[in-house]
Amino acid sequence: MHNLFLQLRDAPVSAWVGMLIVAFYAIIAIGAPLFAPYAESASVGAQYQPWTAPHYLGTDILGRDVLSRLIYGARNTVGIALATTALAFTLGAVFGLLAATIGGWFDVIASRAVDVLMAIPPLIFALLILTITGTSVVALIVVIAVLDSTRVFRLSRAVAQGILTMDYIEVARMRGEGLFWLIRKEVLPNAAAPLIAEFGLRFCFVFLFISALSFLGLGIQPPTADWGGMVRESAKLISFANFSTWQTATFGLAPLLPAGAIALLTIGVNLVVDWVLHMSSGLKE
Amino acid sequence: MNSILSIVFKRLLIGLLTLWIVTVIIFAAIEMLPGDIATEMLGQAATEESLAAFREKFDLNRPLHERYFSWLAGAATGDFGISLANQRPISELIGQRTANTFFLAGYAAAISVPIAVVSGMMAALYNGSVFDRLLSNSTLAAISFPEFFIAYILILIFSVGFGWFPSLANVDVDTSLGERLYITFLPAMTLTLIVLAYMMRMTRAAILNLLALPYIEMAHLKGIKRWRVIAVHALPNALAPIINVIALNLAYLIVGVVLVEVVFVYPGLGQTLVDAVSKRDVTVVQAACLIFAATYILLNLLADILSIIANPRLLHPR
Repeated sequence: MHNLFLQLRDAPVSAWVGMLIVAFYAIIAIGAPLFAPYAESASVGAQYQPWTAPHYLGTDILGRDVLSRLIYGARNTVGIALATTALAFTLGAVFGLLAATIGGWFDVIASRAVDVLMAIPPLIFALLILTITGTSVVALIVVIAVLDSTRVFRLSRAVAQGILTMDYIEVARMRGEGLFWLIRKEVLPNAAAPLIAEFGLRFCFVFLFISALSFLGLGIQPPTADWGGMVRESAKLISFANFSTWQTATFGLAPLLPAGAIALLTIGVNLVVDWVLHMSSGLKE
Repeated sequence: MNSILSIVFKRLLIGLLTLWIVTVIIFAAIEMLPGDIATEMLGQAATEESLAAFREKFDLNRPLHERYFSWLAGAATGDFGISLANQRPISELIGQRTANTFFLAGYAAAISVPIAVVSGMMAALYNGSVFDRLLSNSTLAAISFPEFFIAYILILIFSVGFGWFPSLANVDVDTSLGERLYITFLPAMTLTLIVLAYMMRMTRAAILNLLALPYIEMAHLKGIKRWRVIAVHALPNALAPIINVIALNLAYLIVGVVLVEVVFVYPGLGQTLVDAVSKRDVTVVQAACLIFAATYILLNLLADILSIIANPRLLHPR
């Protein structure tokens, strides 16, 4: 704990910026009902209001408050992305560690299956499967998690294989320790840092992926507020923007606000991941 | 020379095997639809005759493996069967659109590849300079920004703001090449910005790795001129990784094109695929997925084979 505190104190500015961004999104997502002035999908005014009180970021095509939808969007989009990443990570890490530890036929079968899954571009594969399953939130989470777990599998398998050649593993095996003891006590603690960094990267990927699907109209379905979907809904507004007054110029920002919200969170997570990777690689500038 | 041929042959075999497995997966998709396709499409009230006619039309009566082989043979010759939704031949629906998609991806590649390779090399040679650091930071933006964010920023600036380029890339068969290049400039720029930073970063890493090797240092110590070290000593060895970088990013472009097409309402294969998914038009989805996946796999295969061939160490076996 003391060690972590020291590392935090020495963290570079970029890492602090990243952590602040992530914390900001986390607070917004958790306290969404407290911060949002209006309900998530209630029609509260005329459609396409400009940016004036009480609708500080205007209203959308159904007269819903854009600010409130952005705030609820944090909860929905980030929540679903987080659940998907957690599932992908559990699947990938469990199979990756098992494949490295058991080896033999299990390793061969799992690795070949992953090779095939990775040979198809994830977006194309996801579209194919979503045609069959339909676009429900559960289908979305499971499909993306399975596709994404392939990369976690490869990383955790490689990391675990590196660790398994160490002498202390040999000693533990000779002591007669079981498979799960080996994974839990020897492999996992040593693989933690790269896996944590990978979690951040995977989250970014999943988050962008879900937003892309929602943007295509195949992800999180309305009326649930979601940033990718909001970009899609407000995309046409951009051509009505004109720069003569700032009120009309805000139409151009309509699709950029949710898209920017996506971009900012991804940057924040990437900054933190860079720092974690830097620490775990043992490089000091 | 023999060893290199056997390596290439082995890689080719693995690539084709992967392609074959992928066709099986894509074909199996239609089988995994819940229930019977005929009743699903025609509704519960359909008469026995219309169901039979539907099965006849979509060739559902023959056993699975026979249908797979006839589908595969058809796909190889460009005949993908007929659409579930509007019963028209799929090749008619996607023919021109596939060409449009490849045109857009090729256009983006023609802009991004020369810029990426040259500036990646510059960044490696002037490692640590302002230019190099600028490039590192732009990579962060490129991996963080969703494709549509970049696209709408470009639209807002160049289409709405300055009015230089159209925000909708609406082309048809009669559009002349010059006009086509002009209309699709913004989508091509979006794709370029997406892959550019990544490609530069990979080129830079490939060359930096190379410049750190002892034989390059040796060449420097022998007093050879800097440009000669790079052109004669470094470049032949750098070729393989650079070709690899390019082909991998072309494969990425082919997929990235889907989102960009939707933003700019460009009549391409990606747009068709997205429409077909929302209509659950499985046969069209299969055809589009097969084209995308096959292109992706073949480009990856090409990347591997070219980098094997371009590797001087394999060309001169000891």
